[in-house]
Amino acid sequence: MKISREDVVRVAELAYLDLSETELETYRAQIDEILEYIGKLNELDTANVEPMAQVLTDDQTADATLREDIVVPCGIAAEVLKQAPDPEPPFFRVPKVIER
Amino acid sequence: MTMTWTIDGVREGLAAKKISARELTGDFYKRIETRNAELNAYLALSPQRAYAQADKMDALVAAGKPLPPLAGVPVAIKDVLSTRGITTTCGSKILEHYVPPYDATAVKRLEEAGAVILGKTNCDEFAMGSSNENSAYGPVKNPHAMDRVPGGSSGGSAAAVAAGLAVASLGTDTGGSIRQPGALCGIPAMMGSYGRVSRYGLIAFASSLDRIGPFANNVKDVAAILQTIAGRDANDSTSTTAPVPTYADEISKPVKGMRIGIPRDYFAEGLDSGVRDKIEKGIELLKKLGCEPVDIRMPHTDYAIATYYIIATAEASSNLARYDGVRYGLRVDDPTLLGMYRKTRGAGFGPEVKRRIVLGTYVLSAGYYDAYYLKGQKVRALIAQDFRDAFTKVDAIVTPTSPVPAFKLGERTSDPLQMYLADIYTVTGSLAGVPGISLPCGRSCGKLPVGLQLFGPAFGESRILQLAHAFEQAGGASI
Repeated sequence: MKISREDVVRVAELAYLDLSETELETYRAQIDEILEYIGKLNELDTANVEPMAQVLTDDQTADATLREDIVVPCGIAAEVLKQAPDPEPPFFRVPKVIER
Repeated sequence: MTMTWTIDGVREGLAAKKISARELTGDFYKRIETRNAELNAYLALSPQRAYAQADKMDALVAAGKPLPPLAGVPVAIKDVLSTRGITTTCGSKILEHYVPPYDATAVKRLEEAGAVILGKTNCDEFAMGSSNENSAYGPVKNPHAMDRVPGGSSGGSAAAVAAGLAVASLGTDTGGSIRQPGALCGIPAMMGSYGRVSRYGLIAFASSLDRIGPFANNVKDVAAILQTIAGRDANDSTSTTAPVPTYADEISKPVKGMRIGIPRDYFAEGLDSGVRDKIEKGIELLKKLGCEPVDIRMPHTDYAIATYYIIATAEASSNLARYDGVRYGLRVDDPTLLGMYRKTRGAGFGPEVKRRIVLGTYVLSAGYYDAYYLKGQKVRALIAQDFRDAFTKVDAIVTPTSPVPAFKLGERTSDPLQMYLADIYTVTGSLAGVPGISLPCGRSCGKLPVGLQLFGPAFGESRILQLAHAFEQAGGASI
């Protein structure tokens, strides 16, 4: 077994994700099977391989990633706040996080 | 049979005043009204915006002014792309009532080119799936066989075009989500190179893999849509400044003498015999067109699915952290902040999304990062190297798009790993960042569409469009 029930509980906690008892067991079994399959990567010796985080080369992104850091107002704050479940313009309201 | 419109057809119709853009828009909404209840391809319609745009195009015609390249062309947009004022759900309950305050760059560029946005198309939740059965709003049906899946995750965009409910559409492709539904629905479907099209306004799934691309009824239209959305955008730092050729000029260039790589690793076990038969006939057709087949090896193909499901889920677990019930979407109340996060996410996400968040968080977590995530990134480098090596020997690579034709609804939903394996021929190109197109290549057992996939080198879109166009003109679709 690659992944235990406790592992799934710990990971769901890290991801702030409520899972029911049924979900916990279903996902554990399915993810266990997937991890078993993923284990085939160990057939490959990658000791001298550089990891690839993304495919673009430096020359393809050189002039794309650097720009002047200038504030450009987009003027949609009111529209953005309208999408919030509990807005109090100009703020988003959340449950209390600091105990007095 | 409803008439199949093309971009050229719309242009000629408008220019000759045979039809107005408003009439054409109305005609497409009638088609949608008739067919969408059974197909479930559209999740939201945007008639107000569509007719306003159509009227603008009709005013240009009336004034005798030049028409933009996509004037009056009715298009559909996958529901993971932001559309100002039009509900954008990502096929998820967590964004059920979300109305974006801005347009994705690709959407904006289509509209600036004159296209008429009919509405938003159904998809697997957050683009995670290969059958469209992971949508919180029900599956899309395959227009060729109503008891079968259209493919996924861009199932609605594929079905809408295949059923004549749009002239073209946008989808997104992370591991095959444009090409595979294109294959299963029997229409051309393309993803450009990573960096070719701006993702600004695309709601992220896996940022090192996500790409936006077109579905249409023919290769010329695919090229025209790609042309419109391609190119640098200051709002997306991963969109490159690599020059965008004029694809309409490129596609008719001769293909004689092109070397096409046939990777035997893609014709191994698991390939349906009906699909294999058509792909072999497709290769014969390319030979007749003067292409020279070259036997090549891509030795890390067999590791692509495992690599993909590490990298894609890791990135997804990070990208989907933003759904926390604070700024948009669903909130499930709880007296504590963390409790509110947990309940909101537990109630708002569907099973496949939760499964991937758990897997992605796990492969990134302390103690497992090196064994899974880092390992995955290293094998990704080997897969990308397979492609670079191949493109020193050949101009393009030919493979099946999907190992099987459209499968039955419900057939694979209980076994996620089996569903993942449907992406076996598409994820390789996703990991390598190269462009790919799927083309209709006959029908398996005379019934279900088969897709032939062409890969080109990075930023070599012209070459595969050329081959695709020649293949189509030579009757590849009815092989």
